[in-house]
Amino acid sequence: MSANSIETGAGGGLVKWIDSRLPIFSYMQKEYGEYPAPRNFNYWWNFGALAMFLLVTMIVTGLWLAMQYTPHVDLAFASVQRIMRDVNSGWFIRLVHVNGASFFFIVVYIHLFRGMYYGSFKAPRELLWMLGVVILLLMMATSFMGYVLPWGQLSFWGATVITNLFSAIPLVGDAVVTWLWGGFTVANPTLNRFYALHFLLPFLIVGVVGLHVVALHVTGSNNPLGIEPKSKQDTVPFHPYYTIKDSFGLGVFLVIFAIVVFFAPDFFSEPENYERADFLKTPEEIVPEWYFLPFFAILRAVPAIWFIEAKLAGVIAMFASIFVLFVLPWLDTAKVRSGKFRPIFRWFFWIFIANVLVLGYVGGKPPNETVFEGIESFDFLALGRITTAWYFIHFLVVLPLLGRFERPLPLPESISAAVLGTQKGGGPVGSGAAAKPMEKA
Amino acid sequence: MLGRLGIGFVGVAALVALPLVAATASEDGKPRKPTEQEWSFDGIFGKFDRAELQRGFNVFNRVCASCHSLEFLAYRHLIGIGLSAEEIKAIAAENDVVDGPDEFGDSFERPARPSDPYFQPFDNEQQARAANGGAFPPDLTLITKIRSGPDYVYALLTGYGEELPESLEPSPGTEYNPYFKSWTIAMPEPLFDDAVEYADGTAATAEQMSRDVSAFLAWAAEPELERRKQTGFVVVIFLIILAGLLYASKRKMWADLH
Ligand code: HEC
Ligand code: HEM
Repeated sequence: MSANSIETGAGGGLVKWIDSRLPIFSYMQKEYGEYPAPRNFNYWWNFGALAMFLLVTMIVTGLWLAMQYTPHVDLAFASVQRIMRDVNSGWFIRLVHVNGASFFFIVVYIHLFRGMYYGSFKAPRELLWMLGVVILLLMMATSFMGYVLPWGQLSFWGATVITNLFSAIPLVGDAVVTWLWGGFTVANPTLNRFYALHFLLPFLIVGVVGLHVVALHVTGSNNPLGIEPKSKQDTVPFHPYYTIKDSFGLGVFLVIFAIVVFFAPDFFSEPENYERADFLKTPEEIVPEWYFLPFFAILRAVPAIWFIEAKLAGVIAMFASIFVLFVLPWLDTAKVRSGKFRPIFRWFFWIFIANVLVLGYVGGKPPNETVFEGIESFDFLALGRITTAWYFIHFLVVLPLLGRFERPLPLPESISAAVLGTQKGGGPVGSGAAAKPMEKA
Repeated sequence: MLGRLGIGFVGVAALVALPLVAATASEDGKPRKPTEQEWSFDGIFGKFDRAELQRGFNVFNRVCASCHSLEFLAYRHLIGIGLSAEEIKAIAAENDVVDGPDEFGDSFERPARPSDPYFQPFDNEQQARAANGGAFPPDLTLITKIRSGPDYVYALLTGYGEELPESLEPSPGTEYNPYFKSWTIAMPEPLFDDAVEYADGTAATAEQMSRDVSAFLAWAAEPELERRKQTGFVVVIFLIILAGLLYASKRKMWADLH
């Protein structure tokens, strides 16, 4: 069937010759041409394609930076300045890479929250979801090490603080940290290995993204209604319908991205990192990059518990906050996928989002500063503890309970029935109509 | 549980309200916030004022350069502030650099060339400290980036002369400057009226020189700024049109589905 479309397509002899030996053309045709996608994606479904675009952008700009960058403690800072000043268009390539990292996280976080809201992690898409969490972890490692490379004050002190976390491991902690550093402080060996790994990890990400897409194409995409397509009526071929829609989304994204790169290139960055690393001069505040702030808040929120000292407890909580995402498919036991038909879940979802935002805000504040003037006892540490607790309560208590006790709204008969409005009764006309402006376009 | 929720929402409200509170309450402990200045290079269409940059370079070269370095600046970069190749050659030649080895293996001094890095007043940090009563005059290439803009430099340079508040101990070898991070700064007030003579006839008041040198340092930190904004304007317009076209195609393609 798919071979047919290759034969009838342009290209003729050579394409057929190759395709019968190595079926890349029919693969592309099947997976990206004909791939039947639900016809009702809204614009939240654009973010996977955007993440893909950013991954490629990071690799291309990173490769160009790597041609000019020098991984040595005495030269790294100056080599980055040389890229900004002397390398042709170096400033552009670097600003795209630097801001690209931030946008990558924005896009991936939205992608992930999208999955949470519409239940895209539920059976049969558990592995697809878990591969996504692996990608997130790899991205975090990659950008953490990338941030060390320019060897500014926060590069150095951020690396020191974060690697030091491993010293919390009982018994072998200090040995592990020395091993990570390749010495007794963050120094040249550390910079060198971080550079090597920063170069490598993105290609691992490409590999996992490949698996992520394979898994997607086995189960098929979820959609805003969270019901499986039943007939041909419910789907459209990916190309041209979603290639054009993704292109439009990319166009809008690029406008925003370009505005930041060209007009506010320091929007996401800490001014202090323009100061060269100095191991004698501890910055007043060591804050990680914005996309780590919620996790940083969790790290600092946890007190000593029983025999576990505070530092170790914090590290465990921080890793648990990501690990919990792996098991989300088994925590959220609701049969209905989409938040559209889950009136109570919907509330808790937005509370969860707000909670994560507050966590991020707390992560960027000194723990002992008061939150509101006049209320001395309520400091950011306290706020961080409450929001950290809620983060875990949402996953470990709220979701399992909702799965048992929430009464979902009736589901529409089929995707096409809901979209084309041919359905009789049942479906939530209200929420369907509310989502219309996004879907229509 | 509801209590927790409430606090969560209050937290969100705090997100919005806090910057407002912070802006009014910075008087104790923290250095004074620089007042916002207008710069020719602000905004989307911002451009450097070449005459201002040249005056600023003049100030830096004659005054600040006796203590501060500009590590990432080479003489040839000065083409960016509108100096001609001849002028740059002449400026470079005012300082000698050590070169070598020659054919006998010895180092020798020669006048600097445009390709050389800009003159550095001290060989190392120790020497700089020894000459400045123990304080270190930092490199200023990126100072407007580190301190979030040229407003700070301007505020610092014009911020001398106020009475030392009672709460502060006078410390020898420093002057009071409320914009500096520790309130007392080891840099003596560097600019006085007519410290330099401007080639374009502008009156060299201390205020004028502070402005000019701040603008120059902003350029030194981000020489690509002007190119960046000009390119950005074209790119963003192009992308908006592209996105519009893609939207039109998308609508057309999807029309038969609805
Ligand atoms: C006599 C030597 C000397 C001269 C001349 C001088 N400075 Fe300084 N400058 C210093 C020293 C020393 C410090 C460090 C002060 C401290 O740490 O207390 C300093 C600090 C500074 C800072 C603060 C940096 C920071 O970390 O916030 C700025 C900005 C600065 N100088 C700008 C200038 C400019 C612009 C000029 C020329 C108009 C100039 N200086 C001339 C010695 C000098
Ligand atoms: C997943 C993709 C990637 C992410 C998230 C990422 C992230 C980052 C970050 C946050 C920085 C610090 C930027 C700064 O403050 O200066 C950085 C720097 C750097 N990256 Fe990447 N990167 C990625 C891919 C790559 C690849 C594939 C390469 C090389 C092939 C690369 C090469 C570099 C180099 C040389 C630097 C240092 C130069 C600089 O700081 O401007 N990156 N990266």
